[in-house]
Amino acid sequence: MWRLRDKYAIAGVGYTAFSARSSVTVRDLALEACGGAMADAGLMPADIDGVVSFHFNDSVPAMAVATGLGLPGARYAIDYQAGGNAANLIVQTAAMAIEAGLATNILCYRAMNGRSGFRLGGGRELAAHGVTQYTAPYGWISYPQAMAMWCRRHMIEYGTTSEQLGAVAVTCRRNAALNDRAMQRQPITLDDHQASRMIVEPFHLLDICLETDGACAVLVTSAERARDLARTPVYIMGAAYGGGPNQGDDLFDAMRWPDHSHNYARYIADDLWASAGIGPDDVDVAEIYDCFTYSVIMQLEGLGFCAPGEGGAFVQAGRIDRDGALPVNTHGGLLSEAYIHGLNHVVEAVEQLRGQAGARQVDGAEIALTTAGAMTCGGAMVLRN
Amino acid sequence: MTAYGKPVPAPDADSAPYWQGCREHRLLIQKCGACGAVRFPPASLCPDCGSAAHDWIAASGRGRVYSWIVVTYPVPKDIYAGDVPYVVALVELDEGVRLPTNIVECDPHDLMADMPVEVVFDDVDDTLTLPKFRPLPD
Ligand SMILES: [Zn+2]
Repeated sequence: MWRLRDKYAIAGVGYTAFSARSSVTVRDLALEACGGAMADAGLMPADIDGVVSFHFNDSVPAMAVATGLGLPGARYAIDYQAGGNAANLIVQTAAMAIEAGLATNILCYRAMNGRSGFRLGGGRELAAHGVTQYTAPYGWISYPQAMAMWCRRHMIEYGTTSEQLGAVAVTCRRNAALNDRAMQRQPITLDDHQASRMIVEPFHLLDICLETDGACAVLVTSAERARDLARTPVYIMGAAYGGGPNQGDDLFDAMRWPDHSHNYARYIADDLWASAGIGPDDVDVAEIYDCFTYSVIMQLEGLGFCAPGEGGAFVQAGRIDRDGALPVNTHGGLLSEAYIHGLNHVVEAVEQLRGQAGARQVDGAEIALTTAGAMTCGGAMVLRN
Repeated sequence: MTAYGKPVPAPDADSAPYWQGCREHRLLIQKCGACGAVRFPPASLCPDCGSAAHDWIAASGRGRVYSWIVVTYPVPKDIYAGDVPYVVALVELDEGVRLPTNIVECDPHDLMADMPVEVVFDDVDDTLTLPKFRPLPD
């Protein structure tokens, strides 16, 4: 279990514009976001000695960012081969590396030309080798197709409805309307969700996240050092990373997963809450990984905000609205703000806890949950101001 | 890929007997020689006990629909445009393992959870046979 409660903090955040066509290299996106996080914290290149990222589709290596920023003392520069499951893990990794003495101030980033460059939603390579030989020959290729299989099983098991999925999409869009940097700000109704084109049943178009060119970054340092920096520190109270048995041969594969009506969240919940010393009821704002609408429902159940099978009803009737009992995805999420693979959820949590979220600010937010992952593995954090 | 144009499985050391079985219209799965667990996908070691000892057994070819999707937007578009809507399912065989497949000879909207299905071998060309499933008659 995470034993570093409140010992590390996020001291800076940075981001680029989110667009469908950045017209710059991924390297430049990463440099802009990282430079922003560094400046936000009031640090100089000479202060940064670590860079951590993850790559799954489009990216640029951490060492390229260390080189591009001209970090004279960069020691710890490394990337995970991972997807959205690592968007919280890189922040945890930074704290772990500092605790171990490998670095002192670490930039964590995610950068990609996810729309104009490599489109993750467009399918994978068509080579059917390894575990893919059992899936691709059946036309089971894209991530929406992979995750629709999980969503269907939740529907079979619990009677979850498309309208309940739609409640997540509508909430995210309503929040995005208040967010200057969100890509999709035009409000939608449940009818719009239901009328949107069917992509892969049970997913309509509005159940599926955006594709984005952009980058986000956060600066992680010790709590002690953070208190001397420019911004109000946001402390990492609790953290967890993991999954269940038979996580698969790659992120798509879940053939041997025990039960597709729940995901990784169930397996990390106890460690997450115990490490933070609080429970779900104490969370003021929750930024939950929403590559697809259903994943929010499954994580709410897995992390104990409601019982298994109750997530569909939980997200209805305004409970997850900005002024509801549990405000969810106050920035609009991957569904409506941008697809920065979950690191934008961490940035949003920091801005909420600093009271800097402008029109979308949740009054008095003191404790935030962030999550990253949707299938067999993932991570989460509890942050506080 | 062949003129067939769709992804073609590349048999490897673990899976060659499985695909060869399909050619012969037999659905072969591995049964551990030590603990008796059956497994899919094929693997050299038993995920339950770690033993390398195993036999290939012929599955009954019958099972139930565990979950399914209906692909209505083709990805990639040029390859699957003529196939939509089509069904991809996870079928749980009577032997207890799950495998991805297409459900054929069935309207996509007639699919139901736990629907009983049976294997039907699709001889794609002279080298490839894909096991697919169709509803079992009542
Ligand atoms: Zn065994």
